[in-house]
Amino acid sequence: MDFAFTDEQEMLRHQARSFLATEFPAERIAELSFSEAGWDESSWRTMAELGWTGLSIPEEHGGAGMSFLDESVLFEELGYALYPGPYLSTVALTLPAFADAPDLLASVAAGTATATVAIAEPGGPSSLEDAGGVRTEALRAGRGWSVTGTKELVCDLATAGHVVMVARSEEGVGMWSVAPPVSSRRVTSTMDRSRRLGRLVLEEEPARLLVGPEHLEPVLRQMRSRGLAALALEAVGIAQKAFELARDYSKERKQFDKAIGAYQAISHQVSNIYIDMELARSLAYWAAWCVAEEDPRAPTAAAAAKALASEAAVAACERSIQIHGGVGFTWEHVLHRYYKRAQWISSFEGGVSAQRAVVASSLLDA
Amino acid sequence: MDFRDTPEEAAFRKELRGWIEAHLPEGWRGRNPTPGGLEVDAAREWSKRLHEAGYAGLTWPLEYGGQGAPYTYQAIFLEEMARAEAPEHIGVIGLGMAGPTIMVHGTEEQKRAHLHKTLSGEEVWCQGFSEPGSGSDLASLRTKAEDAGDHYIVNGQKVWSSYAHIADMCILVVRTDASVPKHKGITYLLVDMRSAGIDVRPLVQITGDPEFNEIFFTDVAVPKSNVVGEVNEGWGVAMTTLLHERGTLGFALTARLEVAVAKLIALVKERGADADPIVRDRVAQQWMELQALKLTNYRALTTLMKTGIPGPEGSIAKLHWSESNQRLTKLALDVLGPHAQLDGDDGVWGGYWQHQQLRSRGNTIEAGTSEILRNIIAERVLGLPRSR
Repeated sequence: MDFAFTDEQEMLRHQARSFLATEFPAERIAELSFSEAGWDESSWRTMAELGWTGLSIPEEHGGAGMSFLDESVLFEELGYALYPGPYLSTVALTLPAFADAPDLLASVAAGTATATVAIAEPGGPSSLEDAGGVRTEALRAGRGWSVTGTKELVCDLATAGHVVMVARSEEGVGMWSVAPPVSSRRVTSTMDRSRRLGRLVLEEEPARLLVGPEHLEPVLRQMRSRGLAALALEAVGIAQKAFELARDYSKERKQFDKAIGAYQAISHQVSNIYIDMELARSLAYWAAWCVAEEDPRAPTAAAAAKALASEAAVAACERSIQIHGGVGFTWEHVLHRYYKRAQWISSFEGGVSAQRAVVASSLLDA
Repeated sequence: MDFRDTPEEAAFRKELRGWIEAHLPEGWRGRNPTPGGLEVDAAREWSKRLHEAGYAGLTWPLEYGGQGAPYTYQAIFLEEMARAEAPEHIGVIGLGMAGPTIMVHGTEEQKRAHLHKTLSGEEVWCQGFSEPGSGSDLASLRTKAEDAGDHYIVNGQKVWSSYAHIADMCILVVRTDASVPKHKGITYLLVDMRSAGIDVRPLVQITGDPEFNEIFFTDVAVPKSNVVGEVNEGWGVAMTTLLHERGTLGFALTARLEVAVAKLIALVKERGADADPIVRDRVAQQWMELQALKLTNYRALTTLMKTGIPGPEGSIAKLHWSESNQRLTKLALDVLGPHAQLDGDDGVWGGYWQHQQLRSRGNTIEAGTSEILRNIIAERVLGLPRSR
């Protein structure tokens, strides 16, 4: 039993922490959240050069051939920095669908492509869990395919080069890749402006078959486990930031001639943030390991980690805002951005009760 | 990072599992050496068997009767004991607190006199720390020891002492100098519980069990060779004990919680509550908290093995365990519905859950109240200013 990251993984963490602190300080994050694009596109190429986009992509396809555990270091750090960009959508969610498409893997590793997965439909399924209920249609068109349907809640839709559509053909549910025209995409107003969701309307859009119905199950499972574990790790990063802000402020801020951290009403809340965060961190790292090792417990571990970590992150931000008083409630303060991201994480792919239902099923229905 | 057992760990686990299966007497499952649990003689016998098989004091040095094994073996031992619902070693306080303290601060003579016997169950320990007027503020203690040449004369009263009614030895903190600031006049003693002048009286808890005791000391003679560390420097020694109480004990507590979660799941199924979405949600939460706690212990353990110092994460264990256990036992009573009021022989499972639920209220008080533990995390782990 060994519960530690390797020296190489710690180096990667250090590299990510300093790169993101330099390139994406709080002011830059705030500025990007108001920009049209919502992110700094040039950062993607830099991240590819650092080897981040191809970390778990096999070496023969231009990647570094490492594992989800290595990527997990980055998910946590990207959360801590509140990085606005399609790393989660491209790397955590989409890569399993590209497993048999070497050209797409190579372009992600090279930093020339970004991608996302379109799952939810208005009035239809809202998570990978109910992918079986999709109504978007894939039809054979000549030697290829076309896709028709409406998707919503698509992460990073505006900037994704490839959109993987979970759709239905005559043979069953599978995944197709499309490069939708700008006119088909609408960025929906999203509470977390640093990670916007979009709505996609496609009418006989040319598509490429990525995952046939006979191969869907394992890809779906992998996508979901990777996605949930990555969100849990991001949430740990968010909680860490909210915790540091609360801890530091409670040491600096003086009222009644004392640092407010000397009052137990404050210090116990800071302790609570720390406790919940460390518990969530343990579960998130374990989930990451289960995903990397393709452990049969991965789906349960990832669902549990996402539930516990997103709750810890949301509570960390709420407690931190409370500890900061009026200042924490202002638009200028960085906390609300973290709070909104924490809530984004909590909601995507189903809230805490949906995740706990998955866990309950593994405990009670076996 | 790798959560699998190494081949050596796997072999140890397999052997241990087989041993427990072969040696745990029929009817001993789920019984602990507490009132209402396993009788003292049986508990001592079980502890002796554990020791003879080499499972007591796995991480203790060979020269003191231990096995000199890495901490992971202790974690595996506790997991497997919990899985089998085997009774705990009778020396909860000896193994978890007195022994580690003697190893750090004791004289060679003290180590030889006590460590081996603690492991074999021949010496059962109790703890004489809290007093009626000194709870969380332990350093204000007033039980005093007067110098009488080659020994001390101890007078005073201790309280909340588990196992005192069956204990052979006591780790006792006393005031040896009242003229200096409170932390500076404390001495740490090892006291033979059969000494003249010791009176142990049971304290009945809200469960109806007399698990705790008061200990009255009237002119009790304690040889000076029983001082641990230096005279008047007992506070630092006591801190070692408390660090172990709240630290390594975390594993044992988590193992107990694991048993409790398994029992909760069995109860939920038995009572047909597994179709209730709210119960399902709460059961999932309990399992997640258990899993997170167990993994946090592993994380602290890895830090300990790599650096020799337990990770700060470890400070969470007792605090979170106690609160999680309270929620769990309340959930069990909720599942029992109107039958939750029936206890003892009329209760479901013979009143097991009623007892567990009431007992759990002590969890956030004993071994450092949750309030004190939150202070400790805030001040010592997070570096916040002192509250007092």
